[in-house]
Amino acid sequence: MPGLSEYEPIVGRYVIEELRMLASKLSGRTVQMVNSTAVGGGVAEILNRMMPLLLEMGIDARWDVIKGGDKFFWVTKTIHNALHGAAEGLSQDMIDEFMQTSEANNRAIDCNADIVFIHDPQPIALVQQKESRGNKWIWRCHVDVSNPNPQVWEFLRRFIVKYDASVFSAPQFSQVLPIRQALISPSIDPLADKNRELTRNEIEEVLHRFGIKRDKPIITQVSRFDFLKDPVGVIEAFRMVRKSVDCQLILAGGTASDDPESEIVLNEVMKSADGDEDIHVLLIPPGSNVEINALQRASSVVVQKSIKEGFGLTVSEALWKGKPVVASAVGGIPLQIKHRFSGMLCHSVEGASNSIKYLLNNPDFAKQLGDNGREQVRSHHLLTRHLTEYLLLFLSLYSDADVVNL
Amino acid sequence: MAEKRADNPFYFQSRLVLNELTGLRASTIPELLDHIKGVPGSVIYRHTHHFLEQHQRVVPTVPNDFAYWVIEELGEKRLGEKLAAINTIDFNSIRELRDKIAQVIEDYLRAYPQAASRTPPPGLEFHFMKSQSFIFQTQHAAYTLEEFCDCLMKVTLTSVYYHVFESRLRFERPANDFSRWLAGELGEKELAGAIARLNPYDHSLEGLREKIITLVHKRSLQLIGRPQ
Repeated sequence: MPGLSEYEPIVGRYVIEELRMLASKLSGRTVQMVNSTAVGGGVAEILNRMMPLLLEMGIDARWDVIKGGDKFFWVTKTIHNALHGAAEGLSQDMIDEFMQTSEANNRAIDCNADIVFIHDPQPIALVQQKESRGNKWIWRCHVDVSNPNPQVWEFLRRFIVKYDASVFSAPQFSQVLPIRQALISPSIDPLADKNRELTRNEIEEVLHRFGIKRDKPIITQVSRFDFLKDPVGVIEAFRMVRKSVDCQLILAGGTASDDPESEIVLNEVMKSADGDEDIHVLLIPPGSNVEINALQRASSVVVQKSIKEGFGLTVSEALWKGKPVVASAVGGIPLQIKHRFSGMLCHSVEGASNSIKYLLNNPDFAKQLGDNGREQVRSHHLLTRHLTEYLLLFLSLYSDADVVNL
Repeated sequence: MAEKRADNPFYFQSRLVLNELTGLRASTIPELLDHIKGVPGSVIYRHTHHFLEQHQRVVPTVPNDFAYWVIEELGEKRLGEKLAAINTIDFNSIRELRDKIAQVIEDYLRAYPQAASRTPPPGLEFHFMKSQSFIFQTQHAAYTLEEFCDCLMKVTLTSVYYHVFESRLRFERPANDFSRWLAGELGEKELAGAIARLNPYDHSLEGLREKIITLVHKRSLQLIGRPQ
């Protein structure tokens, strides 16, 4: 893992100095991250990169992962979909399953750090330990809760209000709560295998392995196979583009251990692709970071046609590589793309198709969008900015004044 | 005439910000007005200042979030122009600034009551936010005008922002930190006045830094008798 100083050429000296200064103010404090999966998905990915840097800065940080059976993760998937507005709520049986597994995790995980940082709804009930410990608790919501299913939100809310602070990724996710709500966007790591510079040979090797030729422009969406990422909509948009521009589509998706739905979605995608030779559906296992990097770098246009999105970090990944991006104006995506300046926002299959076609036909404009996007990511969506805001959040737990002298 | 050396140096500080959400949102001008009257001062401060840091090298055309939302999302350009014309430098406290913004909106709603029913497209409501600032010392300190100039060239634009905007309004100080030190420690009342008279809201942060450096440098050369 790279050390903090290796980020200096990318973000500048001041950013690194400020991080070290903030960390020194937290000297002696312990921090405990808790989420539901160690691999797969954006949360695990960020924590994997962040933990070594917290430790390097002298913060005593550890990371625990809750356990649960298939039934528990079906319940949490229902919660996830309901937070995104799905009508299906929680039955009593589901609530019982959630509470029983949470109890088991409460017994297994000792949340005794000074600052306990819970990610997403799956481990939310661990906060029941708070009363007996008197430590500080943060709940980090990574999903779009701008229009949640009211029953499910109320169920979660009774846990949320017990926390000292919450964190949301976009202003529209904010709810009226009696606790503090920080606005902190997630981030990408420019030095991770998924984002670092690749040689031409590395890119060619990956394409060769997947049997993809560069004889026509490549359009790519990288996402878990999830209905909310609308992979079938991407295929429809691609078919509309191909009527006038010869091109090929890559749908590259990973799976995560806490998402039991991905296989169903993958089957639908295969059905929709219907053996089309220009549609490459790649099921790639967690950790295929160089592969994702290479596929994004080989693309002429990167797409993220989500229906709902917590933040949509694949957008920042593609922008960091200087790629023109066409993405839905949902969740945190408008925070990453200013329409026609650092990418193209769309609202429908037709909108996605029009923008992809326009970018393929206007490469100079596409390059300008990519260049602007890269600078936007440098300023707002890199790991160092994320770390800075987490350290500020930790400090804020001990002082709620508007202005704090460090 | 030699340059004077201060007994107490100017310590350049800087700050980092944690953005906070309030959960409050407005879909109409009356809702916007209600919240403007009721939210903490830190919310008003954020929505009238954060754009300055976002646009470090250009002067934004619409100088506060309220004006921007009213123009861009509600299409109520006349009110937007009136809000944009509020001169923040004229106010010594957030309370006075808030009162002025509320008064402009109230007057407008009285004159154009139909504006009250305008709504933005879904998802583009106004979200009220605030900032918690964390102030810290940088490694830069100045005892003389020359050192002051030298430090100004090296510090981040965030440091310039803090000493010119934030410390004045958030601590309700009569002038920006630079002017107060120059007058108080070096007796440079004229120079301090010239810096205080610059309307910082009319400049980008980089432009403002350059203006201040020019004024200080000119005075520094004058004191040591070199041609300007």
